[in-house]
Amino acid sequence: MSQMNMIQAINSALDIMMEKDPTVIILGQDIGYFGGVFRCTDGLQNKYGEHRVIDAPIAEGGIIGSAIGIGVNGLRPVAEIQFADYIYPSYDQIVSELARLRFRSGGEFFSPVTIRTPCGGGIRGGQTHSQSPEAIFTHISGIKSVMPSSPYDAKGLLISAIESDDPVVFFEPKRIYNGPFDGDPNKPAVSWATHPGGEVPRDYYSIPLGKAEIVEKGDELSIITYGTMVHVAQAAAHRTGVSADIIDVRTLAPLDIATLRQSVEKTGRCLVAHEATRFGGYGAELVATIQEQCFYHLEAPIERVAGWDTPYPHAFEWEYFPGQERVMAGIENIMEAA
Amino acid sequence: MTPKSSLHIPHPSARPGEKPDFSYLKLSEAGAVARPASGAHASEIENLAHELVRVLDDNGQAQGEWNPGMTREQLIGALRLMLLTRQYDDRMQRIQRQGKISFYMQSLGEEAVSIGQGMALEAGDMLFPSYRNQGLYILRGSALVDMMCQCLSNTRDMCKGRQMPIMYHNRKGNVFSISGNLATQYPHAVGWAMASAIKGEDHIAASWVGDGSTAEADFHHALTFAAVYQAPVILNVVNNQWAISTFQDFAGGEKRSFAARGLGLGIPGVRVDGNDILAVYAVTRWAAKRARQGGGPTLVELVTYRGGAHSTSDDPTRYRPKDEWAAFPLGDPIARLKQHLVTNGYWSDEQHEELQKNLEQEVKEAWKEAVTFGTMTEGPKLGLHEMFDDVYAEIPEHLEQQRKQLLAFKGRSS
Repeated sequence: MSQMNMIQAINSALDIMMEKDPTVIILGQDIGYFGGVFRCTDGLQNKYGEHRVIDAPIAEGGIIGSAIGIGVNGLRPVAEIQFADYIYPSYDQIVSELARLRFRSGGEFFSPVTIRTPCGGGIRGGQTHSQSPEAIFTHISGIKSVMPSSPYDAKGLLISAIESDDPVVFFEPKRIYNGPFDGDPNKPAVSWATHPGGEVPRDYYSIPLGKAEIVEKGDELSIITYGTMVHVAQAAAHRTGVSADIIDVRTLAPLDIATLRQSVEKTGRCLVAHEATRFGGYGAELVATIQEQCFYHLEAPIERVAGWDTPYPHAFEWEYFPGQERVMAGIENIMEAA
Repeated sequence: MTPKSSLHIPHPSARPGEKPDFSYLKLSEAGAVARPASGAHASEIENLAHELVRVLDDNGQAQGEWNPGMTREQLIGALRLMLLTRQYDDRMQRIQRQGKISFYMQSLGEEAVSIGQGMALEAGDMLFPSYRNQGLYILRGSALVDMMCQCLSNTRDMCKGRQMPIMYHNRKGNVFSISGNLATQYPHAVGWAMASAIKGEDHIAASWVGDGSTAEADFHHALTFAAVYQAPVILNVVNNQWAISTFQDFAGGEKRSFAARGLGLGIPGVRVDGNDILAVYAVTRWAAKRARQGGGPTLVELVTYRGGAHSTSDDPTRYRPKDEWAAFPLGDPIARLKQHLVTNGYWSDEQHEELQKNLEQEVKEAWKEAVTFGTMTEGPKLGLHEMFDDVYAEIPEHLEQQRKQLLAFKGRSS
């Protein structure tokens, strides 16, 4: 076992898969010679060459469009979109082509593209470097969407994503690349070295897609969340003293409904939290699913904590970010309800 | 008076009721354009993007350096495939009009594009067609019955009832699946070609879009990636003058040719008479050789005319003269090849008529067989449960649940 931050864990996953499977290639802006703006692909071009670690023009639609063709020709591309905020030019290629190729061709053609993309706020990124657009991907049939909350999960899930014959959009919450973040920007940064999620085997391992994880066990409340908010929710729950199951969804689609159901049936109370905007957000799907599955076990309305329905502001980043206080207020609401 | 800017709206040269006018088309004489070596530097051959490569002259004689020297067998094979494509189109168009399929798109007048280019490529080369390239499927061995079954969404439909008519694919024949979205296949072809180069194989890719679709971002992405990586790919623009009701000038064809779109990236462009199958074949061979020997991409513009409506949902008499095709200076590709064969003593009117009859019969019989696998109203139906397959490699739990729900619901309502 070794200590890794999320960047190193992602780098390790890519390295292992490139070593193991000669058909794995990666492409994206600045990912080759330079090693990526967040350093996730550092050293890989040196090791595997320019034909397998390919710097791409600044055209996200072209990156995904060509990755699809590369995948159809028997290679296994991992494409990086430098920021999730820049993924939209490729949205048509992802939705109309990548997601539906297998279906539309009666199962005869497919392209196993993995799309890695850093997402989320808390890095002073303003409205163009902070977005969490996962809901517009979880809405699409034919792709899987993943967001890890620790280096350990990032490596194991990324390996599964690359091995999957289905297209996967792999969201990397960049605020926790270097350390777990509990939502308090005034506290000194913490590194992954002191967190169990930072213990990452050097060798190959995988974590199956479609399985949520209960990161903390409790019996009064179920908090369902993912990405950076896993850490915020943990801190908030501790401060309220409420004993909560904290569930990291990990794979947003397809969703591990059974794990959520078992927890909510046990606790009878549920809070859903994410960084993305609230209206039509992924949380709405979680709430609807819990309502369908567990209505007669619920002792209170399901609470939703999310980003405000505005673009991500630069000046009021911490007022926008659904931090510990907002999660605590949600917990209090739900615990006070009869 | 100081000049002032005003919004320019392109107009076609003739509207319904007006005399067709193709004076805007820049033509070259057959044989007039020199054929450079396939290894020529892009900057030395920019003229090819502006002139028009033609081999067949008005008398049906092959002229000049681009004459590919196709054998009699090849030429008659090409004629047969073009005629078969036209017969197939004609039959399917009428079948749609009878309400037996929901939709159809003919390639009338553009048959030399798919057949000429398809013949010029190798079996291992991957084709990424647009929706008006049915000839490529026919040429690469798709059975007419299978294509008809796709249009019928019946039990033998290769797409399992998931696509509108004409969205074929042919995995074994290396022809990609057609998307209803325009130009999306262009970057796929470039990516496929990149992978071929990464693997060190000598297979190339080719893709087709119409003049209208060159306005899509994917067209430009594809050209940039093809140029940057020198991908072994042939990117074709089928300029049939019309994108539904908008004239080619609306895609920016007014000032410069579509073949010239690649010049700024160093991609050679070749403008070719798309109704002259000898020229189409020769240019494609040239571009394929160039790609295979490491010369990278070529952008080919095939100048042709959309002889029919855009689709069965379109009525072109509302926006262009009825007799425009008859006035098109590059004629009909089938008539021109026939003239060439007859002039050279390879072919006769009688043989032509007989072939046409035989092909008509072949198409008729294929339809008879196709309907035995189900029609829109009768016969065997696709299993409803299959609707949930192939969304993912393995069916996830929520889709399995939805499948059960649908089947239970269906059971209740029937």
